[in-house]
Order: sequence, then structure tokens, then C-alpha cells
Amino acid sequence: MKSAVIQLPGLNRDRDMIAALTQVSGKAPITVWQTETELPDVDLIVIPGGFSYGDYLRCGAIAARMPVMAAVAEKARQGVLVMGVCNGFQVLLEMGLLPGALMRNASLKFVCREVRLEVANANTAFTRGYSQGQIISCPVAHHDGNYFAEPETLKRIEGEGQVVFRYAEGTNPNGSIDDIAGIISESGNVLGLMPHPENLIEAAHGGSDGLPLFEGLLGKAA
Amino acid sequence: MIKARVTVTLKNGVLDPQGKAIGGALSTLGFSGVGSVRQGKVFDLELDGSDKAKAEDELKAMCEKLLANTVIEDYTVSVT
Repeated sequence: MKSAVIQLPGLNRDRDMIAALTQVSGKAPITVWQTETELPDVDLIVIPGGFSYGDYLRCGAIAARMPVMAAVAEKARQGVLVMGVCNGFQVLLEMGLLPGALMRNASLKFVCREVRLEVANANTAFTRGYSQGQIISCPVAHHDGNYFAEPETLKRIEGEGQVVFRYAEGTNPNGSIDDIAGIISESGNVLGLMPHPENLIEAAHGGSDGLPLFEGLLGKAA
Repeated sequence: MIKARVTVTLKNGVLDPQGKAIGGALSTLGFSGVGSVRQGKVFDLELDGSDKAKAEDELKAMCEKLLANTVIEDYTVSVT
């Protein structure tokens, strides 16, 4: 699997993502700086987590308007797999590649803890490593992860199976509507999620529940 | 030069936990009778030129493309 990781000023989870992709695929991803206007020929593009542009204006808003994102949008249109984690999810929403918005946590607090996730749709390129309804552990670390969508949009994404991950067992850390933790595009090739699967892939992390996501991707795009 | 002010506010129906917390703080300070507080953003801009109608169109485009997230926010533009 060939992958690329987008880098922006203020991101801080890019190294973790690069490490996870390298470990699982055996090949280091290509890193692409925000000012690039073209992307290499890869199977997967990842926008990692952090605080691009200091979360100025709105989380992910400035990053979403950087030159490289037009190239990401074009690749997404062509069907290339795109994954945004945490700040990367916020960027994908700001780009309009995914529906809805992420707002300030209902508690107004930054949350950094492990939550339980339900795999609400295991029939995607990103979740084929899990079974439908499986409950996994995953860390979250964010201030603005409170997913919101208008009733019509919500009805549509729920009906189409676009809700891929849900906070389970009362662990919703941010007030997200319908406990939504991650959603996929209608076309099935763009995933955004708040939790950090790249931070739970080996025993030293305290578990490896994030590993099947990367292994599933590898199986698909190898 | 044209001076303009753009105001961005949350749409009705979108929960505003920050506004709620501010409302709580106001009542703690003894300001009674505050029904609801909604937090928003104000942008003051200076634009080249003197064509106000054109400036207004441009400001609306700025709101659509960057200043507001129209999924959750409304905006108003005023040119002076």
C-alpha cells in the first residue's frame, strides 16, 4: 500500500500516523507539505490530527483552504482513499468532503482519554478488519469533537450507513449527536473520525484495537 | 477605502455550549433575567476601492468561502 500524509503547521499527530502506516504497511508514507499543488500516486491519503493554524477561525478552516487540499479533493473525486483523524476530520468537514460540522465539546472541556467505540458499519474499506457491531477501545484527545448535522443530513447519513463509528457504552466524550464518532462519504472512500486509532496499535500503547483499521486498509489497497 | 463589518452567528437550533456557559456566568454575577446568550464572531475589514455594491458581493463570497461555516452559521455584512 502506498500512502501519503499531509503536513500542516500546528499538526502534532503526523509522526504517530507515519509510524503506524510504516509499521503496518512496511513502507514509510510520502509526506506532503500544505503548499504542494499535486499529490503523488498513492492508494491512501491521510490528514492527521493536531491543531493546524492554531485552530484559528474554526478548527480546520484555514487548513481546508490550503493549496494541497484542492489536490486532495480531486483525488477523493477519483476514488482514492482519504482518511482524516481528529483535526483531519475537521478539515474534511470544512472542505465539504463530508457532511456536518464539529463543534466545541458540550462539556467545554478538552477531553483526553480512552473511549469505547462501536463499529457501526464494518462494510467499508476502512473497517473491514472489524466485525459489525464490534466494540473496541480507542483514545480521543480533542476540544471540538461535538458532531452536528441538520436533521435531514443526519437522517440521510444514518440511513445510508455512513455512520461508521459510534461512542459506545455511555462513553460519548463530547456531546456528539447520535454518539457519532466517525462518518464516511456516500462514495465510501473518504473517512473522518475523531478518535486516534494510530495511537493504539501495539502492546506498548496499552492495546492494539486500532490495528485492524490499518490492516484492513492494507488488505484493500495492497 | 471601504470599511466593512461581518457578523457571524450560530444558526437557530444549533446548540451553543459556550453561550450557555457565558449566560451562567452572567447570572452568577447577579445579572438576572438573561434569557439566552449566543456567542458569535465579528470581523472588521478594510477593502480597497469605493464601489459599495461590489464590496458587499465580495464580502458575501468571503463569508461563503471562509468566514462562516454555513452548515452551522449565518452571516450578515454591513458596509459603511
